Amino acid sequence: MSADRTTRSGLNNRRSTVNRLSADNVTLAYDQRVIAEQLSVGIPDRSFTVIVGPNACGKSTLLRALSRMLRPSRGRVLLDGQVIQSMPAKKVARTLGLLPQSSIAPDGITVADLVGRGRYPHQGILRQWSAEDERVVRESMAQTGVADLAERYVDELSGGQRQRVWIAMALAQQTPLLLLDEPTTYLDIQHQIDVLDLCAELHEEQGRTLVAVLHDLNHAARYATHLIALRGGRIIAEGAPNDIVTAELVEEVFGLRCQVIDDPETGTPLVVPAARRARTEAKVAATEAS
Amino acid sequence: MRITRADRALRATRAIRTPGGLSVRLDVRAFTVVVLLLLAALAASVVLIGTGDFPIPAADVLKTLLGDGNPGQEFIVNELRLPRVLVGLLVGASLGLGGALFQSISRNPLGSPDVLGLGQGATAGALVVIVLMSGDAAQVTLGALVGGLATGLAIYLLAWKQGVHGYRLVLVGIGVSAVLTAVNGYLLTVSDIIEASRAVVWMTGSLSGRDWSQVWPLLVLCAVLVPLVLVNARGLRMMEMGDDVSYALGVRVERVRLLLMTAAVLLTAAATAACGPVSFVALTAPQLARRLTRSPGPNLLPSLCMGAALLVTADWISQWVFGADQLPVGVVTGVLGGVYLLWLLVTERRAGRI
Repeated sequence: MSADRTTRSGLNNRRSTVNRLSADNVTLAYDQRVIAEQLSVGIPDRSFTVIVGPNACGKSTLLRALSRMLRPSRGRVLLDGQVIQSMPAKKVARTLGLLPQSSIAPDGITVADLVGRGRYPHQGILRQWSAEDERVVRESMAQTGVADLAERYVDELSGGQRQRVWIAMALAQQTPLLLLDEPTTYLDIQHQIDVLDLCAELHEEQGRTLVAVLHDLNHAARYATHLIALRGGRIIAEGAPNDIVTAELVEEVFGLRCQVIDDPETGTPLVVPAARRARTEAKVAATEAS
Repeated sequence: MRITRADRALRATRAIRTPGGLSVRLDVRAFTVVVLLLLAALAASVVLIGTGDFPIPAADVLKTLLGDGNPGQEFIVNELRLPRVLVGLLVGASLGLGGALFQSISRNPLGSPDVLGLGQGATAGALVVIVLMSGDAAQVTLGALVGGLATGLAIYLLAWKQGVHGYRLVLVGIGVSAVLTAVNGYLLTVSDIIEASRAVVWMTGSLSGRDWSQVWPLLVLCAVLVPLVLVNARGLRMMEMGDDVSYALGVRVERVRLLLMTAAVLLTAAATAACGPVSFVALTAPQLARRLTRSPGPNLLPSLCMGAALLVTADWISQWVFGADQLPVGVVTGVLGGVYLLWLLVTERRAGRI
C-alpha cells in the first residue's frame, strides 16, 4: 500500500527526462472548429507553469485537453506515460485536479460540504466518509483560510472567498498535479494576488505541479516558474519568464508595443504598454513604410 | 480542546465507521425525514384501506393485514383495497424518485417528467390503443409503457449534443410535449363517445379497480431500479456542481447520466402505465422533500417516500371528500400540485431566485 502510494503520487519522477503530464502532437477542435494543430507541450514536474496568450489563442482549450475534459481529435495526452483517456476515471482524479472556469455551487450547500466533495475520488460505496477524509478537508480549509467560513452557505460568500473555497475543494482531492483555468478572473486586485500567493505556496511548500491559465501577463511573469506563450494554437515561446519575456515577444504574441522593465519588487519582467500616441505613431510609420 | 467552526460544520456530516475501514455517511436530518415520511405513508395507507362504502376501523385494518381478521373484512382488505393502496404507494414512489432524478440531472425543477412530456407520451401510447385498436386494459397499459419509453428515448436523443445539458433537456422536453398534446387532441377528436370517455378517465389518472396483477410488475421494477439508482447517487451528487467539476472528480458523467435517465424514464413510464398520468407528483415530491431535509443533493430517498405519501394521501382525500371512486386521484394531485407550484413561484420570486 505505502509503496504503491509513493509511486502513484510520487513527486520524485522515475523517468527524470519524461514529464508526468504532456500533450503529444495533439489536434484540438470543437466539432469542426480547429483550435490547435500538432501541438506538443510538456509540463515540467514540480513547476508552476502558466499559459498566456491573447483571447481565443487556445489556452483554455489546451488546459481542457490536459485535464481530459476535451478529447484530442488527433494525438494524445499522456499522464505518467499512459494515454489519459484510457486510465480509470478515479485514478486520474487522484493524480490530477482541475479547477474549471465555470463551476456551480448547488443551492444551499455549506463550505464544509462543498470542500468535502473533493474527496470523491478517494471514496467508494463502502468508504463514504472516513476519518482521513475529515482530516484532509479540515486541512484544506485551513490552508486556504476558509476554516472560519465552514458553516456558511457558499452562495452568500464574496467572489474572493468563493474562489478560495473551490480551491480548497480541489486541494481536498490531494493530487500532485493541479490545473487552474483562469483562477483570478472576476476578482479585484487584492484577491487576485491572494489567490496567486496561495498557488505559489502550494507549489513551493508542498511541491505540487501547478498549471494555470492567466490573463494578466505581469502576474504570469511574477509567479510562474515556467511560462508558455500561445498564439493561434501554436507555442511562440516557453521557458522561465526572465529568459523569454521581451518586448519583441509581447509584440509577437499580443500585437502590443511595450517596454519590458524589471519589476522593482521581484526582479521579474514587468510589461509596460507603450503610450497611445507612441503606438499610433508607430502604426502610421509602418503604413507609410509599406 | 476548543471546538472550532470547522469541527461543528464537519460534525453535520456524520458517518458510521467500523474498525475495518468501512464508513457510511449518515445525514441525520434526511434520515429522520425518511423515517417520518415512511410512517406517514403507512398511516395514510391504513386509513385509506379503511375508507370506502364499507368503512373499517384502523385497528381492524391492521388486524386483518396481520392475518387476524374476519373473512368478510379479509376479502375487502386483501383482495379489493390492499392492491389499490400498494399500486398507489409504488406509483407515488416511482414518480417521486423519477422526478428527483430528472430534476437533478437537468439541474432545474422544471425538468420533471410532467413538464418534459413523458406523461403526454404515455397518454399518446394509451390513446392509440384505446382509439385506434380498441384494446383491453392490459393492452392499454402496454401501449402507455411503450409510449412513455419512446418519448424518453426521443427526448434524450434530441437533447443529446455532446452531453445532455439542463436547459436543453427542458426546452426539448417542452417541444416534444407540445407535439404530443396535439397528437392526443387529434386522437380524442376522431374517437367515438364511448372510447373518448374511457380515454379521458385514463388521462386523468385513477387508482380505482387496481388489482394484484398491477402490483407485481411495479414491485419487481422498483426492486431492481431503486437499488441501482441509489448505488449511483453519489455520482449524481457530484454532477450538481457541473459536468466539468464532476468529471474532474472522476465521475463518468455520461455513463451515470444515461443510466439514471433510463431508470427515471422506466420508473415514470411504468407508473404512468399503471394508473394514468397522475399529474404533479414528480414535480412536487422532490421539491417538498428538499425543503424538509434542507440539504442540497438529489434527496432521492426522501423524494421517493414523499411521492408515496403524497399519492396515497391524495387518493384518501379524493375518496373522503367526494365518496368512493367519484373523483380520480389525478384531479386531487393536479389541484394540490398546481397550488403548490404557484406558491413556490411566488415565494422564490420573493427570495429573488427565479
